[in-house]
Amino acid sequence: MTAPAIELKGISKAFGPVQANKDISISVQPGTIHGIIGENGAGKSTLMSILYGFYKADAGEIFIKGQKTLIPDSQAAIRAGIGMVFQHFKLVENFTVLENIILGAEDGAMLNSSLGNARKELKHLAEEYGLNVDPDEVIENLSVGHQQRVEILKALYRKAEILILDEPTGVLTPAEADQLFRILDRLREEGKTIILITHKLREIMEYTDTVSVMRRGEMTATVKTAETSPEHLAELMVGRKVLLRVDKKPAEPGATVLDIKGLRVVDEAGVERVKGIDLTVRAGEIVGIAGVAGNGQSELLEVLGGFADGTGTITMNGAEIPLSGHGADGQARRAAGISHVPEDRQREGLIMEFAAWENTVFGYHHSPEIQNGLLMDNKGIYTEAEAKMQRFDVRPPDPKLAAKNFSGGNQQKIVLAREIERNPDLLLIGQPTRGVDIGAIEFIHQQVVNLRDQGKAILLVSVELEEILSLADRVVVMFDGHITGERDAAQTNEKELGLLMAGITDTSAVANGNGGNDTTQQEVPADG
Amino acid sequence: MDKMPKWADIVLIPLISLLLAAFFSALVILAIGENPIEALKLMVDGALMRSSGWGYTLYYATNFIFTGLAVSVAFHARLFNIGGEGQAMLGGLGVALCCLYVPWPHWSLAILGASVGAALFGALWALIPAYLQAKRGSHIVITTIMFNFIAAAILNYVLVELLRPVGAMDPASAKFPDATHLPSFQDMFSTESNKMFRGAPANVTFFLALAASVFVWLLMWRTKLGYQIRAFGHSESGALYAGINPVRITVIAMLISGALAGMMSVNTTMGESERLILNSTEGAGFIGIAVALMGRNHPFGVLLAAILFGFLYQGGAELALWTSIPRELIVVIQALVILFTGALDNMVREPLEKLFIAMRRRNA
Repeated sequence: MTAPAIELKGISKAFGPVQANKDISISVQPGTIHGIIGENGAGKSTLMSILYGFYKADAGEIFIKGQKTLIPDSQAAIRAGIGMVFQHFKLVENFTVLENIILGAEDGAMLNSSLGNARKELKHLAEEYGLNVDPDEVIENLSVGHQQRVEILKALYRKAEILILDEPTGVLTPAEADQLFRILDRLREEGKTIILITHKLREIMEYTDTVSVMRRGEMTATVKTAETSPEHLAELMVGRKVLLRVDKKPAEPGATVLDIKGLRVVDEAGVERVKGIDLTVRAGEIVGIAGVAGNGQSELLEVLGGFADGTGTITMNGAEIPLSGHGADGQARRAAGISHVPEDRQREGLIMEFAAWENTVFGYHHSPEIQNGLLMDNKGIYTEAEAKMQRFDVRPPDPKLAAKNFSGGNQQKIVLAREIERNPDLLLIGQPTRGVDIGAIEFIHQQVVNLRDQGKAILLVSVELEEILSLADRVVVMFDGHITGERDAAQTNEKELGLLMAGITDTSAVANGNGGNDTTQQEVPADG
Repeated sequence: MDKMPKWADIVLIPLISLLLAAFFSALVILAIGENPIEALKLMVDGALMRSSGWGYTLYYATNFIFTGLAVSVAFHARLFNIGGEGQAMLGGLGVALCCLYVPWPHWSLAILGASVGAALFGALWALIPAYLQAKRGSHIVITTIMFNFIAAAILNYVLVELLRPVGAMDPASAKFPDATHLPSFQDMFSTESNKMFRGAPANVTFFLALAASVFVWLLMWRTKLGYQIRAFGHSESGALYAGINPVRITVIAMLISGALAGMMSVNTTMGESERLILNSTEGAGFIGIAVALMGRNHPFGVLLAAILFGFLYQGGAELALWTSIPRELIVVIQALVILFTGALDNMVREPLEKLFIAMRRRNA
């Protein structure tokens, strides 16, 4: 057996009282794809940051190809042959691909020779790994998938032998993700070593050779992917058995609660983001909106939630609600019976500096039952917050703690507790489990299903197809501001939705055989 | 988890910063050939050891409480109101008009009326920058500071052309009627045998400032308006989500801020000079920024910081009076205090946080 490409021995790192990495040892074989999976805050990113020289480990050693190596900064990491593709790309938007690739790796003070060399090298890399990108295209004109390729090229240009990818598929369409994994396969064949950090069990199962599981800063297991199962990995991640599928009865849709007709939304830059959509949500059903981020779903939620203007008609329980001007704000929406778990809980759903108890009335601060004459009934709010946090299993159950001090999953539970317990007629819920760990996902999904079973209407927006498929009763796909299709969740699959998400409406080749080929847009048959 | 206990954040850090400022002030005093210990003794003697010293310290502190509160209320809405000076000047005009043209039967009614006048004028002067910020995006720092100059010019014009009594030579209004005379500390606390606060300008307005502190605390942490202001200040996108109107909150926060700054003039114009004069604000609007910064935008912190700055003002005057240390040096000391308590906050905070974390880990 050859020396491992990377070997970590006894890595520990603490941030103040928090032990982010505890005595971690791991060995990655060259020419493999090694997955690292774990919940948020399990310490994956910390470990990789140590490997890339962003943090200095408190204890432990790093061996690259059997050589003990010190990595005090990212320059040292690059010299050691480590390349990193971050979740948020580090590209200069208005530079060309070529300029981005040589940035920081120029040969000398004059750019021309660097550019020339890079162009040659790039051509070579493109041929070798199938990484085709136009070197003279400006980054902002590239699709997200291509931008990611530029990041990979940047690493390869710097002679990376070991490539670390942090949640690479979070921003990609299923098709783009497929392409990415084909590239990674190719890289593996050429002998590169790939470390894939993800929370998606499916990717781990399909593409990795070995997988390491992290939980609470510790490496709980390293297993051959072929010898494990998603259920087993989930259990290793969370520390208990987890239900991966949502347990729910078929929906029993009732009267139409939300009816959208011809909705258009123009953003602040004057770009039309929603281009005339019709959509209904009925009581007792979950309608899921699938689509790659940035295809108008966010704007749809913003208009419904009352913090962006739109045109068209929207009726809520039969009464029209204004879409701009007076009476179109979040307060009016709440009064109309709409609750909203926003896509970005840290920027919108919560005030991070406020204590948890203050956040439990955020948006409902005008409610008469929490006023005490001229003042707010802080004692009452606090007591109620304590009870809410108990019911939604928020950990730690301390209402005095500032929102920013909770983990992502627990922050989401605070928002969810607030919005669900208002007993709305319609719940808008955007990216309910983004950055939320598996254990909490199960709980959050169950709460949403419970609300549905109480006969409430739910509009779900998520970029996670798996989530849409398991949670929604009816799936609507958005592409470029249009609705490109609508499917019964039980009778469609990821492939079909993937095509719709890319704007291809002819899906007969991949649609499930049964259930009639319902490729027409809009409107389920309205019954009674 | 918070990095360190609350008391360390509120008490320990300002205290250490203050000691650092004192240390460097001492160096400066040494450098100009004076004895820093003597100087400190003189300042403490002059400002704190006699009741008349306190009478000056608290008089200045009253101004700083109002302007400090003004800055802090705006700051909770993420608005940097550096126009306290101009708002206070206009507030003075409000006080003067109230006192000169309304026949008040008793000072207790007059102070209420003058407060309303001062608050109204101060608030209106803050309204225009607030509106421009909220509706047109004109940066409030720029507009408020420009409005200071406009206020000064207006006051000059009004005093010279309109309010100056016929035949008078200085740009000042007529003296206010006797009924508007506010009881000074001397009037309130002296007994036949024991004269207290002799000649000091501190007056009943100090208690108005204390009431304003309590009011601001209630407003910010006990009412839904304060809740909305703070939420807006922390996250504008969050405020939009919650249906909090940014225009409304910006305008309201600035109105309250301007009103508080304006009310400072009750102390100076009605309580001390008893007529409207040029430059009665003496830079207190700017000191308010430092006071709010040091007081962590909390009314109680503002109160303590205002008293500290009152002490520096009065102690500085004493220094200038009794030593060859120039009065300008006190500005240097104030600057050092602002530098260390405000701008260099992190210099003290970070090592201290590390210390607390290390201590906690050892105990764990």
